[in-house]
Amino acid sequence: MSAPLLMGAVAYDPKVVTIWEGFRDWLRGQDLDFDFVLYSNYERQVIDLVEGRLDAAWNSPLAWVRARRLAAARGVEVRALTMRDTDRDLTSAVITRTGGLTDVDALRGATVATGAIDSPQSTLLPLSHLRGLGLDPGRDFTVRRFDVGVGLHGDHIGGERDAARALIAGDVDAACVIDANLLTFAQEGTLPEGATRVLTHTAPFDHCNMTVRGDADALTRFGDALLAMSYGDPEVRPLLDLEGLHEWVEGRVDHYDALERAVDETGFYDAHGDVRAVDYRP
Amino acid sequence: MSELLTIDLEDLGLDRGATVLLDRALAALPAGDRLTVRGRHPDLTIQLRAWCRAEGHHLDADGVTVGRGDANAARWHDARRAPADGLAARADATWGLAARGALVESGGPTPRFDLDGRDLVWADVVPRLYAQAVASQWDPATAIDWEAGDPLDPELEAAVVQVMTYLVENETAALVVPARFLGRIHPYFQEVVQLLAVQVADEARHLEVFTRRARLHGSTLGVSGAGGRASLQTLLDEPDFALASFLLSVLGEGSFLNLLAFLDRHAPDPVTARVAHLALQDEARHVAYGVAHLEQHLAVDPDLRSRLRAAVHRRHDALAHTTGLNQQVFDALVVLAAGAWTPAAIGRGHALVATLQAEMDDGRRGRLARLGFTEREAADLSALHTRNFM
Repeated sequence: MSAPLLMGAVAYDPKVVTIWEGFRDWLRGQDLDFDFVLYSNYERQVIDLVEGRLDAAWNSPLAWVRARRLAAARGVEVRALTMRDTDRDLTSAVITRTGGLTDVDALRGATVATGAIDSPQSTLLPLSHLRGLGLDPGRDFTVRRFDVGVGLHGDHIGGERDAARALIAGDVDAACVIDANLLTFAQEGTLPEGATRVLTHTAPFDHCNMTVRGDADALTRFGDALLAMSYGDPEVRPLLDLEGLHEWVEGRVDHYDALERAVDETGFYDAHGDVRAVDYRP
Repeated sequence: MSELLTIDLEDLGLDRGATVLLDRALAALPAGDRLTVRGRHPDLTIQLRAWCRAEGHHLDADGVTVGRGDANAARWHDARRAPADGLAARADATWGLAARGALVESGGPTPRFDLDGRDLVWADVVPRLYAQAVASQWDPATAIDWEAGDPLDPELEAAVVQVMTYLVENETAALVVPARFLGRIHPYFQEVVQLLAVQVADEARHLEVFTRRARLHGSTLGVSGAGGRASLQTLLDEPDFALASFLLSVLGEGSFLNLLAFLDRHAPDPVTARVAHLALQDEARHVAYGVAHLEQHLAVDPDLRSRLRAAVHRRHDALAHTTGLNQQVFDALVVLAAGAWTPAAIGRGHALVATLQAEMDDGRRGRLARLGFTEREAADLSALHTRNFM
């Protein structure tokens, strides 16, 4: 008996078990021998993918960046097989209290709250965006990091919510949040109506992708099966809802440039994909 | 390409209900068509971007033009409504807890309600019985004058207390049995569920008033015989809805109609008469439902009749080694009807109880006849009914 196609996923929430058990059943129903393993953080998952212990990894954007670098350093090829429709064209915002800072330049000398050290959307990308506007984090303004779920690459919403709360409490002058959480925090009342406004926001970037190693036929069939999942199928729709997508789409890697730049600017990973970030304990 | 529609959200944010307006506007468009969104909310574009992504819509690069996605249509493309005009013969598990007639999204849970056949539970009279049941609810605190009448002679009071003790035990069984089936009936048969729920509530009130009457003058409750409880246990042990309804409602509660009428007529005090009178009205509805749904069931499944017959025999055999109604209850009924301790009064009370038993037998035979049993079968089956009455 040949080994099943093995995918890794990070267990950032208990629902991950439900999602991938359900997908596994469905994929096996499509005659694809598929199994998955769960990881407590992305770093170990990426290493296992690049070293061949996994065929595929459901990767955060930061994990994609590391996988690409590690693979290139070792002469291995990885590619983004698929992604969720909802992984495309996200933005992150730097918000402030209404009546507080007037413009981006007013951030000089201020304190900016971010999510966890390894969060692309609420730390790496918005800080890089500010850097691009001429403000050097740590020098031109103070960064107050909310390290919740370190190792989960920002999948845990807790760090961003704490940053938003700190802004409302007046403990910081600005906070970095992804667009979807900005809406969520407003709807749930974490950000009271009219209490905040967007100071600036990043250009659109992409989020997760299904990173695969090699070009085995099973990977092609895996990709085809994911792309064939239909939101009209009542068997998979609850799983798609849980995973937060309406359809799988082809993977693309041309919207990770901003994150690659942010990683280089901070030295989070080096060019070979090794972890260089200080204070990073996944 | 169709005309580009525009919506003006004014200063309303998507965090404060603007999504309702967007949904309404997009619902009027075919998938792929576009809607231009105007508004003065400072975060409009960034909110739109997040919302469109979550809802499966497309947001153009201008940040304000929304292309309607097809996720919502895909979600509902195979949704079905359970028939609301004219009941389906069988309720589908996928309809679950949905209101009858609602558009049911596919892919939900499929709870197991094994009583899912219309002919198993339904009777055309059910909606009317439910309306009557709701209109006839009474409040024990006000429907009964608990101060009425003088205290009875202690021995007569003890007889009343013994009868109340017996009634509480029996009405507990009459509460538990429908309550157990309630959770097995498919909610599609909504009025049946409602009717049985009220029936359970009826029995709860009966428990209250019989208990309160028993304790009205500070008496200790009477005895509970093993034989009586064994008889009731056979009702609790019956897993088949039709058979349980037959044994409990048609035969048991049917017999109780006579018993409660007897107590209403011969009670030595007005409180006892009143509680019996009020309970009698409720029990009549319970019997009516039992008879009506079994009539309907038998109309499509005549073989059920032999199973009903067998159930009576089986219960009789199971109880053959027990005493049935305990002597204390029988004697209490005699004393209660006698109202005095003279030989003449006791003789009269005994005759009245004998008449009661004959009336119970008549009633059972009449209801069995309605269910299509021959006169001879009805007489035989009635005779095999438990001596515990219920």
